[in-house]
Amino acid sequence: MPTEILMPALSPTMEEGNLSKWIKKEGDAVAPGDVIAEIETDKATMEVEAVDEGTLGKILIAEGTEGVKVNTAIAVLLGEGESASDLDRQAAKPAAEETKAADDSAAKAEPEEKFSGGSVPAAPELKVAADPDIPEGTEMVSTTVREALRDAMAEEMRRDGDVFVMGEEVAEYQGAYKVTQGLLQEFGDKRVVDTPITEHGFAGVGVGAAFAGLKPIVEFMTFNFAMQAIDQIVNSAAKTLYMAGGQMGAPIVFRGPNGAAARVAAQHSQCYAAWYGHIPGLKVVMPYTAADAKGLLKAAIRDPNPVIFLENEILYGQSFDVPKMDDFVLPIGKARIHKTGKDATIVSFGIGMTYAVKAAEELAAEGIDVEIVDLRTIRPMDLDTVIESVKKTNRLVTVEEGFPQSSVGAHIASQVMQRAFDHLDAPVITVAGKDVPMPYAANLEKLALPSVAEVVEAVKAVSYRN
Amino acid sequence: MARAASKTSGNRSRSTGKGAAASAGQTPKAPKPEEFDKEQELHAYREMLLIRRFEEKAGQLYGMGLIGGFCHLYIGQEAVVVGMQMSMKEGDQVITGYRDHGHMLATGMEARGVMAELTGRRNGYSKGKGGSMHMFSKEKKFYGGHGIVGAQVPLGTGLAFANRYRGDDSVSITYFGDGAANQGQVYESFNMASLWKLPVIYIIENNRYAMGTAVARSSAETDFSHRGLSFKIPGIQVDGMDVRAVKAAGELAVDWCRSGKGPIILEMQTYRYRGHSMSDPAKYRSKDEVQKMRSEHDPIEQVKQRLLASKWADEDALKAIDKEVRDVVGDSAEFAQTDPEPDVSELYTDILL
Repeated sequence: MPTEILMPALSPTMEEGNLSKWIKKEGDAVAPGDVIAEIETDKATMEVEAVDEGTLGKILIAEGTEGVKVNTAIAVLLGEGESASDLDRQAAKPAAEETKAADDSAAKAEPEEKFSGGSVPAAPELKVAADPDIPEGTEMVSTTVREALRDAMAEEMRRDGDVFVMGEEVAEYQGAYKVTQGLLQEFGDKRVVDTPITEHGFAGVGVGAAFAGLKPIVEFMTFNFAMQAIDQIVNSAAKTLYMAGGQMGAPIVFRGPNGAAARVAAQHSQCYAAWYGHIPGLKVVMPYTAADAKGLLKAAIRDPNPVIFLENEILYGQSFDVPKMDDFVLPIGKARIHKTGKDATIVSFGIGMTYAVKAAEELAAEGIDVEIVDLRTIRPMDLDTVIESVKKTNRLVTVEEGFPQSSVGAHIASQVMQRAFDHLDAPVITVAGKDVPMPYAANLEKLALPSVAEVVEAVKAVSYRN
Repeated sequence: MARAASKTSGNRSRSTGKGAAASAGQTPKAPKPEEFDKEQELHAYREMLLIRRFEEKAGQLYGMGLIGGFCHLYIGQEAVVVGMQMSMKEGDQVITGYRDHGHMLATGMEARGVMAELTGRRNGYSKGKGGSMHMFSKEKKFYGGHGIVGAQVPLGTGLAFANRYRGDDSVSITYFGDGAANQGQVYESFNMASLWKLPVIYIIENNRYAMGTAVARSSAETDFSHRGLSFKIPGIQVDGMDVRAVKAAGELAVDWCRSGKGPIILEMQTYRYRGHSMSDPAKYRSKDEVQKMRSEHDPIEQVKQRLLASKWADEDALKAIDKEVRDVVGDSAEFAQTDPEPDVSELYTDILL
């Protein structure tokens, strides 16, 4: 059966082109890879190469023809043992039928169009377990966030030999912020690995090791420096499971201090919660208390997915009660009601909680009983808990240090508007950092960050108590 | 291209001064390619032909609108992956960039699964969710298929990190092009791989053009085997059009890594016949240049001529191989057109475990 040579598309957007020149003549022998014709589009001139071996039996579209539709038969190739008589039979077909054949072949290329129909399936609902019960009488130990993070890593490294830590100054220096203190002494330099200053490189090395089944904890000295590595985090770590059809992913934790510290100016003061929260395929955790830091970091290390774990330098030294339990693991994706209340809801996370907690105390003195939801996880976000609280209080303020546009609070506000509009008695107010690069001067820096006063004012505004 | 294989590191180590002298003593010389036996020649012929015919078919399906997006063909470079595969052993890992169809077929991944991924169908290697540039096979130790130029280099270094961490003797074969060789993360990887003596072979497939930019227009040092000198990583230039030269260099490199000496670079001097991608008219080079490579250095033709000259195969025997390969490719194309698109429920699967 003679083979039809079709007008090729040079890109998915090409619909037609000009057949500018035939390089081979009727009767010429053709081998795979031989250039047989030149075609032209508005963008380029391209050579058409033969795919099959044979003899060019008949040219169906003369050179110089313009507007030849993609997938139109432009020539017929005779295979071995085929002769012109096979062709004659084909050529005898009426012209109308030939046009139809071209249409058919175009249609042949499109059956998938028919499969593409149907409505968009709903995103699956995420089921997240509640926090574990803390048995009556469990001893509570005052612990800094820094120690809690270290304990979490040490416990998981004792539990699983595939877990290791890598980053700048994590081993001999004992951590730039002393979070990895003592790990080198306990686990040795095979599992506590000092890297050169090479964020893009070691983030990629960590992801590669995770592809191979290890469970790396990659410490960034601060998340500001992870900007150099963000391609490996987003394109390699977050997307591979999907792009591999579930065959392989990256069980890896990227952790380190995030957001503004104090007086370190624009390049070292930025919150990445919204940035990473944007990316499907990542989990993003941003704890406030030491107990959450410990329980969630242990969960992050065990999680088979890439987890961004956003810490805060200012919180490192703050102490909180941590339950003394053998294996204290908290669920990623579950918000925590930090304080119950009935008059208004404040949703915050990480260091934003410090403003929320102080504001609630001031508001209590004025007779406003605030409920505080600590998100703990940015992605997957526990909006159910937020909405339940809004249904009770009918008023919502979000608090974060990050920039205001496309912020975490902006997302929460839009979701609450879509899912609980009828429960809102006032527009949601999103308290965020100012829309400016972080200034260095002490007075300006203070202005650029949110303040307790702003949160108090926002809660009063949504309560119409100004 | 044969001129390249004989260039050894001896000369350059003398000129690099005292600092490099210690490592230069270890720098291996480009090995002399050994003649293949009949079985090896036939194997190489069939494997390279499979890649070539597969790519031609992929080009055809792209032209018919059945393959979307970008489609980067490997035609001309077949000897590199086939020769390397002949030097590896079970357990060694492979990772590469976006011009990846040849690498997948060489590792033994099924033509059907690769072609069905190109057409975005449910039995493609990534269930149709990855496409030409993003395919993986855990079973065949193929770690992708990466669309960001150079990103596979730290990832491949990480595979080697895992091998060393576990204390096994597997080697990571990390491929990238002359274009990717100018990305910063490549040198970040070189530094760590050398510092930690990781078992990784960096294969720079120098096909002379980074998309439309010739090597000399993009690279201050066009001898890519030198690119590891600052990191004490030895490098060898290899005639990447001669599958025997590739296999010999591959064996040397694999042994180098397995014996704990750390990373090594192989610059494969090769050539891509087609444009960078299907929509590239390749106006940046002359037709004569392409024609000269095809007629004088074609990797498949070289093996074919040796097979005929040695009388290990006659025209009929080669035709039979050609037919067998065509059947495999034809079957994969048929499969890739009839296999359904992924179920719509797949939209939300494989995002998180």
